[in-house]
Amino acid sequence: MAKRIDVSGLNAYYGSFRAVEDISMTVEPRSVTAFIGPSGCGKSTFLRTLNRMHEVVPGARVEGKVMLDNEDLYGNGIDPVAVRRTIGMVFQRPNPFPTMSIKENVAAGLKLNGVRNKKLVDEAVERSLKGANLWNEVKDRLDRPGAGLSGGQQQRLCIARAIAVEPQVLLMDEPCSALDPISTLAIEDLIGELKEQFTIVIVTHNMQQAARVSDRTAFFNLSAVGQPGRLIEIDATEKIFSNPSVQATEDYISGRFG
Amino acid sequence: MSTISTSPRRSPLQGSLKERRLPRWTPVATVAGAVALAVVLGVVFDITSHLQWGLMAAIFFVAGQYLLARQVEGPRQAKNGLVSSLVWVAFLLALLPLFGLLYYTISKGASVINGTFLTHSMNLISPNQVGGGLYHALIATLEQVGIATLVATPLGVLTAVYLVEYGNGGPLAKAVSFFVDVMTGVPSIVAGLFILTFWIVILNQPYTGFAGSLALMILMLPVVVRSTEEMLKLVPNELREASLALGVPKWLTILRVVLPTAIGGITTGVMLAIARIIGETAPILMLVFGTDVINTNPFKDPQSSLPLYVYQQYAAGTDASQARAWGAALVLIALVMLLNLVARGIARWKAPKASR
Repeated sequence: MAKRIDVSGLNAYYGSFRAVEDISMTVEPRSVTAFIGPSGCGKSTFLRTLNRMHEVVPGARVEGKVMLDNEDLYGNGIDPVAVRRTIGMVFQRPNPFPTMSIKENVAAGLKLNGVRNKKLVDEAVERSLKGANLWNEVKDRLDRPGAGLSGGQQQRLCIARAIAVEPQVLLMDEPCSALDPISTLAIEDLIGELKEQFTIVIVTHNMQQAARVSDRTAFFNLSAVGQPGRLIEIDATEKIFSNPSVQATEDYISGRFG
Repeated sequence: MSTISTSPRRSPLQGSLKERRLPRWTPVATVAGAVALAVVLGVVFDITSHLQWGLMAAIFFVAGQYLLARQVEGPRQAKNGLVSSLVWVAFLLALLPLFGLLYYTISKGASVINGTFLTHSMNLISPNQVGGGLYHALIATLEQVGIATLVATPLGVLTAVYLVEYGNGGPLAKAVSFFVDVMTGVPSIVAGLFILTFWIVILNQPYTGFAGSLALMILMLPVVVRSTEEMLKLVPNELREASLALGVPKWLTILRVVLPTAIGGITTGVMLAIARIIGETAPILMLVFGTDVINTNPFKDPQSSLPLYVYQQYAAGTDASQARAWGAALVLIALVMLLNLVARGIARWKAPKASR
């Protein structure tokens, strides 16, 4: 299921502004890769280039290569819709569909993509909710609106929705930044379980979180406001947090930033 | 820090947290006092217009509230009270014409409304005869407005979808937006003249209910576009992104996520647009021509319409016909109210389920 991502020479633009400059890295399958770095350094922008969500913003474009195993996501004839089915995404703020029930939310990806078989959908809903550690809390009220859950439950609902379409890769853009510590712990545990199955990339501002959940960590930085963000280094998480090769990384994670 | 706490000088903003307040029933008492004063003055100076009594009472109320609060509570609270009482007076003044209109229409029109009035036409009834009805006009209005709605709603919603989801503020979107604004300001008689020239003079079509529908459609379209556009803009972008990130194509995202989220507001907008066109008289007068007999086919021969019926009955000038005009006006108002209630019901039923 899980696939490797190879990025080479990637630039991302918003109109004429270059937000991310010349990034090359490898994301290993069945592992968690964390992106850390100061605000505005292009972590989220780079994350969104990995499943072609970047180009949803008007005027945004991407240069460079993103290889998913042996296929270039920005190659000719690649359908961005198919890419997004393969590479799922969880957003910073929980965003369940307000018109749909809990069950409909989880089934949305399947139903909107034309899966009609009711039994198949029901199975996927149960499997995904169990996978997101939400099943026990909501199994008696699957027909209640998804917006009625608490923030942490909503975020797990969004994770269930993302894994219901069985993607190869799961991108998470600061999935815990709007949540309390208990919900955060639930999601971190969940990430640990999900990496058995998926390739996971997580953007986080919380360095302890990166140290806790990830196998590899990438540090992004920008030289000044208005300058594009760059990848400073990517390495095994223990190495980044104990003995990084670049001084800027050490300054950032030890709080002596700038 | 110590310099602040030991300073003997008191900040000008510091003071007791307790302030003298007027009792809660003061506004009621002021209203009673103002009305009493206005009545006394009205009687003493022999002012006949009750409107002037009311205005005097309003002025006394505002002034009384202000002076009283200033004496007891101080200038800041007095200003607060002044603005509050002005808002109340403005609110009542705004309600006055509405209730006046409802009162007159009901008191003059309710007496003629009965089963016969609602189910008969004016065929073979002369203006000074009592009886007859508005069935032919009611049916025609429902048909004309219905056709206009059926055409203008999908067109308008699709235009708004283009403006919000696909236009991206490009030149075409800007042009469409500009012309929608221009169309919003087109007087109904201009829309009527346009259809008259285009449809009846150039294309040589007959005067029918459908010709009226075309003009109503022109009037309705920009209202639907504008309200739908505003509603679509209110749909959070996160929902679109969530759907796209699931690998759902854009058109399906719009159809299954964006439109359902906004459907309550869109329905309300369409209903408001209907309320705007249902009372149009000018284009109907020019294009539908009017008739006293029942014609249920909007595509053949002249029809009538409720606003046109009101105009014709009022213009006839007899007591019987003027009573019928008021009755028809009441039916028209009731129809608009009913539509609004239906719209509210749909909006509440379809609105995104709130957290409970």
